[in-house]
Amino acid sequence: MTTVVAETATRGLVEIHNVHKSYGGVEVLSGIDLTVRPGEVVALLGPSGSGKSTLLRTINHLESVDRGSVTVDGELIGYELRGEKLHELHEREILRRRTQVGIVFQNFNLFPHLTALENITEAPIALKRLSKDDARELALGLLDRVGLADKADAYPRQLSGGQQQRVAIARALALKPKVLLFDEPTSALDPELVGEVLDVIRDLAQLGTTLIIVTHEIGFAREVADRVVFLDGGVIVEQGLPAEVLTAPRHPRTQEFLAKVLD
Amino acid sequence: MTDTAAPPAGTAVDLEIDRPVENRTKVDLGAVTVVHTRHWWRWAIAAVIVFAVAQFAWSLVTNDRYMWGTFAEYFFSGPVLIGIGYTLSITAVSAVVGFVLGTVIALGRLSKSVLLSSAAWGYIWFFRSVPLVVQIIVWYNLGYLYPTLGLGTPFTTDFWIVEFPTVQLISAFAAAILGLGLHQAAYSAEIIRGGLISVDQGQSEAAAALGIAAARRLFRIILPQAMRSIVPNATNEVIGLVKGASVVFVIAIPELFYAVQVIYNRNSRVIPLLLVAVVWYTIITTILSVAQFYIERHFARGSVRTLPPTPIQRARRWASVQWARLGDDAPPSGRADAALAAAGKDAR
Repeated sequence: MTTVVAETATRGLVEIHNVHKSYGGVEVLSGIDLTVRPGEVVALLGPSGSGKSTLLRTINHLESVDRGSVTVDGELIGYELRGEKLHELHEREILRRRTQVGIVFQNFNLFPHLTALENITEAPIALKRLSKDDARELALGLLDRVGLADKADAYPRQLSGGQQQRVAIARALALKPKVLLFDEPTSALDPELVGEVLDVIRDLAQLGTTLIIVTHEIGFAREVADRVVFLDGGVIVEQGLPAEVLTAPRHPRTQEFLAKVLD
Repeated sequence: MTDTAAPPAGTAVDLEIDRPVENRTKVDLGAVTVVHTRHWWRWAIAAVIVFAVAQFAWSLVTNDRYMWGTFAEYFFSGPVLIGIGYTLSITAVSAVVGFVLGTVIALGRLSKSVLLSSAAWGYIWFFRSVPLVVQIIVWYNLGYLYPTLGLGTPFTTDFWIVEFPTVQLISAFAAAILGLGLHQAAYSAEIIRGGLISVDQGQSEAAAALGIAAARRLFRIILPQAMRSIVPNATNEVIGLVKGASVVFVIAIPELFYAVQVIYNRNSRVIPLLLVAVVWYTIITTILSVAQFYIERHFARGSVRTLPPTPIQRARRWASVQWARLGDDAPPSGRADAALAAAGKDAR
């Protein structure tokens, strides 16, 4: 057992301790504790306004936290512990640590003036990780992996929503993150395009990247997730195996939510 | 064969139910041609415009008070060409100063630091308030307010480390550049800020999430998208600057407009010399407008599915459509069955 832990301990262990976050006096996250094991696939569920997207965005420090901490493989994202206090890091260091955590947005946020290929090569080139040629090769490989090898030179607006989201996933993978966050990746898609994106995420889950997915696709969560975490009012109300939480929820809020969503 | 709702192509359809059966003609709906609506009012208004323009053009040629001979004599004359040189160089340098400084001020305005954003706001407020002419005169006569400029102990007037007479530092040209450039920077800043805030916040966020540093985020991700809305306004400003540069006549810089004024004050031929200036300004504006079109096209990459055609491509397409139409319109009122037969042939 110890060897297994040693092997995987450096591959995307996310530890969230007592995270609090308020916007203008309204507390959105009220003390979240969550540990995601390396390679685990966690689905975050909850009604809108429950804080699930905010929690996701604190993991790569797109949102700062008011109290508590988030670490990836033991390293604080966005902060540094000096004595008893967390000091926010300088931009450069935040950017470096952030690249361990990729994110895929609900609205794709592809760069519309760059081709699919350039969208993917931009970060590896900007961070001087790869030469232009190597980045291009990597990007073509990633596009092939998401089934879009023939769309390398297309601009995002020439692609369907599902194709754009697949490019966005390839873009996030280009930095080889330890953890990949998905913020409602299929919510902006037409129903018939949802499947192609979920297929790509399913593949990633099998490859052993740590995935944290905010989603409304209950069926998908049931199939892919190792664990389902249900948030409401800025706290974790219930969590457990998908089969347990989704079929026999114990908490009344979970029951109410699932009854509505599964209707 | 599964489609039962619509009649299959080639079936004759009765379109004239109100006519006696024996007079009806059968129309093949699969083979009819489409006649577009004729917009008679558009043609009428266009005709009026063409007439007015032609009348004006005719008067330009026949009315000898325009004195085209004088126009030709001065169009390429030395003082006029030197004047154009001044106009272009003052415009170019102050546009560069204006847009570079404007970018810095725009970023200041968008800064999270209250100090920086208030300072930038203050700059814009001040330089939009002071009339340009006043600014240019003050810069030119700065020696009157501050006889020497240099580095010394703050808030004293008697101890200097280095010191220069102001008149030596600020020539007329420098005063023009300072006045126009600083003035332009205030306006450019707002144009650039407008462009930057028009780009979706998600773009900057996505770039930050990918670990791309702030400067590259701005120049590689945000600014190229902002240029779509910056370029039309910026071209307006530059064209405005070309003609606005004529205000530097107050400090006697012989730019284009000043040059023709000097000439017509001497020979009293006001109209032809003003026309010299007007035609040159038109040429410069035309070049800038063409440049604008292609710059806009460049930054439109990816923002539309297919780029709009260039005027040359459009003209070529229009010509080929007109050519094709000539063939269509050939039988104006032939017998119905003849026309239908022709249409049917076209369809096949």
